[in-house]
Formats: sequence, C-alpha cells, structure tokens
Amino acid sequence: MKGTVTDPERTDADLEAIGFDLSETVAGAREAPTATASLKPSIFELRDVSVRYGGKLAVSDVSVDFLQNNITALIGPSGCGKSTLIRCLNRMNDLIPSAAVDGEIIYHGQNLYAKDVDPVEVRKRIGMVFQKPNPFPKSIYDNIAFGPRVLGMKGDMDEIVENALKGAALWDEVKDRLSDNAFGMSGGQQQRLCIARCMAVEPDVILMDEPCSALDPISTGKIEDLMTDLKDRYSIVIVTHNMQQAARVSDKTAFLIVELDSDEKNRWGRVIEYDDTEKIFTNPSDKRTEDYVSGKVG
Amino acid sequence: MAPPPPTADVIEATMPGTAFHRERGTQMKEVGFAVGLLALLSIALLTLLVLIVDVIVEGAGSLSASFFTETTSRIDPGSSGIAGPIMGTLYLMLVCAAFIIPVGVASAIYLEEYANREKWFNRAIEVNIQNLAAVPSIVYGVLGLAFLVRGPLSLGNVVLAGGLTLGLLVLPVVIVAGREAIRAVPPSIREGSMALGATKWQTIWKQVLPASIPGIATGTILALSRAIGEAAPLIVVGAIAFATTSDTSIFSGTFSALPIQIFGWTADANEAFKPLAAAAIIVLMGILLAMNAVAIWLRNRFEQKW
Repeated sequence: MKGTVTDPERTDADLEAIGFDLSETVAGAREAPTATASLKPSIFELRDVSVRYGGKLAVSDVSVDFLQNNITALIGPSGCGKSTLIRCLNRMNDLIPSAAVDGEIIYHGQNLYAKDVDPVEVRKRIGMVFQKPNPFPKSIYDNIAFGPRVLGMKGDMDEIVENALKGAALWDEVKDRLSDNAFGMSGGQQQRLCIARCMAVEPDVILMDEPCSALDPISTGKIEDLMTDLKDRYSIVIVTHNMQQAARVSDKTAFLIVELDSDEKNRWGRVIEYDDTEKIFTNPSDKRTEDYVSGKVG
Repeated sequence: MAPPPPTADVIEATMPGTAFHRERGTQMKEVGFAVGLLALLSIALLTLLVLIVDVIVEGAGSLSASFFTETTSRIDPGSSGIAGPIMGTLYLMLVCAAFIIPVGVASAIYLEEYANREKWFNRAIEVNIQNLAAVPSIVYGVLGLAFLVRGPLSLGNVVLAGGLTLGLLVLPVVIVAGREAIRAVPPSIREGSMALGATKWQTIWKQVLPASIPGIATGTILALSRAIGEAAPLIVVGAIAFATTSDTSIFSGTFSALPIQIFGWTADANEAFKPLAAAAIIVLMGILLAMNAVAIWLRNRFEQKW
C-alpha cells in the first residue's frame, strides 16, 4: 500500500514536509482509526470562525469539531453560509479577493489560517467536489492524471488512474473509453469522475459542496453509496440542501440558520446546533432545528 | 356565482381598440421598412461585388505561374511578377506573428487572471487598449519610423522593423480576442484545478490556456489578416514599391509587401502595370479569404462548448 493515505508513516512525513507541526496532534489518534464514533479524533477544530465578504458578515462565530473518518453534513436554509463555511476548510475562499476569514481552523494541530501556511499545500491535502460537475475539457484519463502530474507524484500513472476510477466506482463504466472526452459522460458519471480526480491526489479529507444537487435520483444514490464506502479512508464534509441525504449518509450534522440584524439589512449564517445526525433528526435540542428538519420552515 | 364571461361587443364597448383588427397600412409599412433596409445593405454588397468583378476582369489575364516567380521590372511590365512582395509579406507575417502571439497572450492573461479591476492603473490599461485599436495605422507607421527604423532601436528599413510596426498595429486585436477566449473558460474549471492543489500558474498554463487556444488562434489569424493588407505604415517605415529582387531577409536589406507593390503599380505612370496591380489584388484577396476561412474553421471545429 505504498503511497496511499492509509499508511500513517508516509502521511505524517508528508505533513511534516509541507510544514505541518505534528507534535500537537492528539497522541495515538492516528493509530486508532477504528475507535467508536464518539472517540474519533477531530480532523478540523473550528474556533470562532467568521467570514466576511467585503466587510459584510456571511458566517458568524462557528466553533465546532469535525471528526476523522466521519461524514459531517452541513444543512440549513439558502443563504445560511454552508457553502461559504465549507470553502474555508481548504482555503478556497482565498480565490475571492474580498473574502476575509477570522478565527482558527485547526487541522492536524496546525491552524490553516496561520500566516505561513500556503493555501496550495492545504488544497493538496484537502480535496473538494463541487456543486456542478466540473470535468476538465480533456480525456477521462487526463482528468484523473492532471492532479498527480501537477503535484509531481511518482508512480505508474496508469495504475493511479485505474485505482482512482475504481475508488469512485467508475472503472467498469469507462475502462474501455479512457481517451474519450469527459464531456461525453452523463452528469452522474462526471461527478464521480470529479470524486475520482480528487482521490487521485491522495487527500486526507474530501469536501463536497452539494455534490448531488445537479443529479438525478439514481446518480445521487450511487454517490451516496460511494461516500459511505469512502468513509474508511477519508474524512468527508458535505454541504447539502437535501435533509434526507444528510440523514442517510452523515454521522454528524451541523445546522445553520440565517440571522438578520435589527433593521433586516444584513444577513449571515450561524451554526446553532451540531450533534449526531440521528439526534438532530429525531430529537434536536433547538426548536429552530426541529422546525427545519420536520419541514415546518424552509 | 361567477359572472358570465364578457361578450365581444361588451369588450369593444368597454375597451375600445382592443379588438384584433389590423390597422390598414400597417403591413405595407412593415414590408416597406424591410425593403428599405435591404436596399441600404445592398450598397455595401454591390460595392464589394463590383470591386471583385472589376479586379478579376482586369487582372485575371495576368495571373500565370511566372507572375508568382518573377520579380518586377520598371521597364518591362510583361515579365513582372510578385515574387519579391510575396516573400516580403511572408517574412513580415512571420515577424508579426512571433511578436503578437506571446505579447498578446501574455497581456490577455494578465488582464483576465491577475489584474485587479479596482486598481486605477488596471482600468487605465483596459481603456487604453480599446483606444489603441482605434488609432489610425499611419500613426503606427510614424511610431515605427521614429522608434524602430531610426531612434532608439535604429533597425533600419528592414522586415524586422516593418513586422514589428504591423504587430503594434494589430496587437489590440490579439489582446481582445485572447481575453474573450480566456474569459470563456468557466471559473469552475479554475476552481477544480486549484482544489487539486495546482498553483494559479499551473492552472492557467495547463487548463485555461489549452482551453482557450482555439479562440486565441482565431484572433491571431484575424489580426494577421488585417496586418497583411496594410500599406500605409509600411510606406512610412520604408518598404519599397518596386521589388526588383526576391531576396528577403528579416534583419537586413530592402523589402516589399503585396499591398505596397499594388500601390506602386497602381500609382505608376505606365498604364501597362494596371493589370498587374489587379492580379496582385486577386492574390491578396485570395490569401485573406483563405486565412479567414481557416479562422472560421478553427473556431467551429475546436471551440469548447461548456
């Protein structure tokens, strides 16, 4: 299993190579990935995270811990900042010049927003799948090979491509047409290609920003099955507007609401409840969560 | 109980003018308007048609194999050809392309991917590139004469100076086309690439540029096809109107070009050169048509549909 993320030694060496200080990592955490859910170590520790666009508050004061090898769902009404929040986790918000993030996001003991952290290195470890499938205008093979190539990964590229496609349950469908343009695939296949593309660079975390919102129910089902399979190897954070999806796939759920200021001019999102998914959907502690998950308010 | 639906005469009585009668003369006006527009359009089309027919009638007789291989003679129109200007035009286009492709693409990348539009100098650059496209070509000729032929660079009356002058002239075309091609690449492609840990430069070089090559190539060909027909700036930088040799070099020696030769023959007192000018125009138009056809083909064949 040389070169895969399940090899703890290599992973730690990689992390140190890119500037992460592992000394603060929870002792023993990485050696015990099979611990029960409640004992799983954190992959992200968010501390007072607020996001502003051009000075206007978009997400306010989030402090939660996302767990390793868990699927964590972010749910809430439109405009509650769930996409904004997930984009903080791999510093994709840096691409928007007006975005500013306050607070700390601790990943393996390292604050992702510390001054000396290179966002490019962060994104190598923390992959992302987007709302709309965004394959590159290249062959299926080159879509997968792009990441490993730009990252200078060693190894047999054919093997990397095959493993990634197998990992995303796509290999059998496309093995005979690897040189075809990815635009010829169905939407669901394109999205699984994007997941495979993400896995090919051997990340530690996969972030999914409404990955099924553009897909039909059958494709959605395939991706949900895939997510459950991937949980053993990756930590997954998913944004979804589909509450049934959150209930089906996730272990923990964070519920965000939209808050308004007194004159209703500004609105921002806030996490008001974060707990085991089962509890959020059956016995939430906050009335607003209950109203939302029971469909009383949208 | 719901009121009964209003009858037609009730509608007419309460809301006069809402019945669907066509006003008399409306259709006549519509047809007349369309005919008028077509007549105005035909001014442009007919002019082009007359020009083409006139040139072909006058020049077709002079088109022969030797017309392409002979150089021109001041005294013997019968044995004159366009070997010199063809070579000159070819070399000018090579220099021009070698200049405008890297500079134009680099400018387009900066403006689309790096320039922060909130900064005043980036807005100033944008406005000035649009203005540059409207500067008369003779002004570029004077610029080339002052800065390339003489002045700081002192290249002399050579192909290099002529090609760079034409390059400066059509650079805005390449920049604008390059920017459009780069802008057509959706942001989701950049995000997908960056999310894999690619740097901004890798994303531009390996995703954005390959996807925009068809658009950039189309723009470059259109820019060259504008440059190929320019005479005024070349006259100013010292191209010769009678190319008595086809020996052309980029860095030294005299040069001519097709539009210059056409100008030379047309302006000559010897009427016998007129059919040669017409024949050279046919050749130039043929080249232009071929270049534009390639540009259109490139765009239709390779342009990425997102």
